[in-house]
Amino acid sequence: MIEYLNSIQNSLIYKNFFLVLSGLDNTILLLLISLPLGFVLALLFALGRVSKITLLSRTIASYIFVIRGTPLLVQIYLIYFGLGSVKFIRESFLWYALKEPFWCGVIALTINTVAYGAEIFRGGIQSIEKSQVESGLSLGFGKFLLLRKIILPIAIRKVLPSYGNELILMVKATSLVSLTTYMEMTGIARKIMAKTFAPVEAFIAAGILYLFLNFLMVQFVKYLEWKYNPHLRLNN
Amino acid sequence: MFKFDKLVFGDAGWGDEFLIATFMTLLVSILSMGLGLFLAIITVWAKIIQNRITRFIANFYTTVIRGVPELLVIYLIFFGGNAVVMSIAKVFGYNKYIELNALTIATIAIAVISATYSSEVLRASYLAISKGQIEAARALGMNKFSIFFKVISPQVIRHALPGIGNVWQITLKDTSLISVTGLVEIMRQSRISSNVEHSPLTFLITAAILYLCITTISGRVFKTLEVNYSKGFST
Repeated sequence: MIEYLNSIQNSLIYKNFFLVLSGLDNTILLLLISLPLGFVLALLFALGRVSKITLLSRTIASYIFVIRGTPLLVQIYLIYFGLGSVKFIRESFLWYALKEPFWCGVIALTINTVAYGAEIFRGGIQSIEKSQVESGLSLGFGKFLLLRKIILPIAIRKVLPSYGNELILMVKATSLVSLTTYMEMTGIARKIMAKTFAPVEAFIAAGILYLFLNFLMVQFVKYLEWKYNPHLRLNN
Repeated sequence: MFKFDKLVFGDAGWGDEFLIATFMTLLVSILSMGLGLFLAIITVWAKIIQNRITRFIANFYTTVIRGVPELLVIYLIFFGGNAVVMSIAKVFGYNKYIELNALTIATIAIAVISATYSSEVLRASYLAISKGQIEAARALGMNKFSIFFKVISPQVIRHALPGIGNVWQITLKDTSLISVTGLVEIMRQSRISSNVEHSPLTFLITAAILYLCITTISGRVFKTLEVNYSKGFST
């Protein structure tokens, strides 16, 4: 039994697992900043997209078009390598953030998720029945109150499943930040692969952790769906 | 900042290199989309026949690949693919060193990822066909193959086209990750050029514009296809 445990402890997967685990906090840190920021901005962008101000709506539409039409890797490289090569940015206060691969990653991930999220929320807002808005108006709700009490809650809970997909895509997208020398889980797994030349072991270690993160994310979204859709629960 | 003169064709600029790189991106995307669709059909078949083992394997495959970052899958296939091929060759008594070329590895890696998405799309559109149609075909005495080719596939194609269009966009954008394996496609080309010219902004924006053009044009193509395939159905 003890020999068996020893052999597990000496196995490459076991060692790699803890090595990769040390990068988990960096991955989570990326998500903790970019996801909430992305959520708020996506809501604002979605509101701007459906607003009657043509200029605002058009601008946001073209922003969404550009971001959704280009790979995330291009966006990360543009921010990390591209902006860093411009002289006046290097001399401005922006350089404090842009010289760090972490902040470049956060900015790129946020920009990316805002575009996808805004499109999802736009779908939710436009699918609200007119009668619900009208009944709010007939109760004397102002514009802001209407938004806070009727439009946003209904829109958000309607799009929770598709926004959950976007959240999982974001968990996976954090791996691309490793290409800007930021050492999160994929970066460490890559280093292990280069060092030991045992790609399968490193892959399994990192893969299990990513699957676990995504599993947590799925449960979180399921909980939110359960909480905010009380009318759809089977027995309450 | 943005150096237009570096993008001319010929020896003075990188225009022709980018053109070749664009074709490489398109080639990898099309090949891996095709291979991915083929894998997806097998996966769907494994899921819908009433067999626990095949269904478990197919579900395991789609869940794991969709839950793990694309980059990690590409690393695995890039670093581990040779070893797998060599161990398979050893079974057949071939002991020499084999190296897969970058295009093959890239195609396989992207196809493995793309197949998981395609399989979900295809499965949903297969399930959208009502059972009565298959029963009717059987009642007419059609055999399995003609049911598949004359009843199931035309309808699956029609139902699946919008979803397949989305998968195509994802696949196209995933090919940018292949640059880590050294295959010279748009992304890799823009890194090479910017390293030589010390002007990352120029070439990265070029890459972004190229990707934008490809996604836009292919989006149009899929719209046309959708209209074509839903003739006779009010849309």
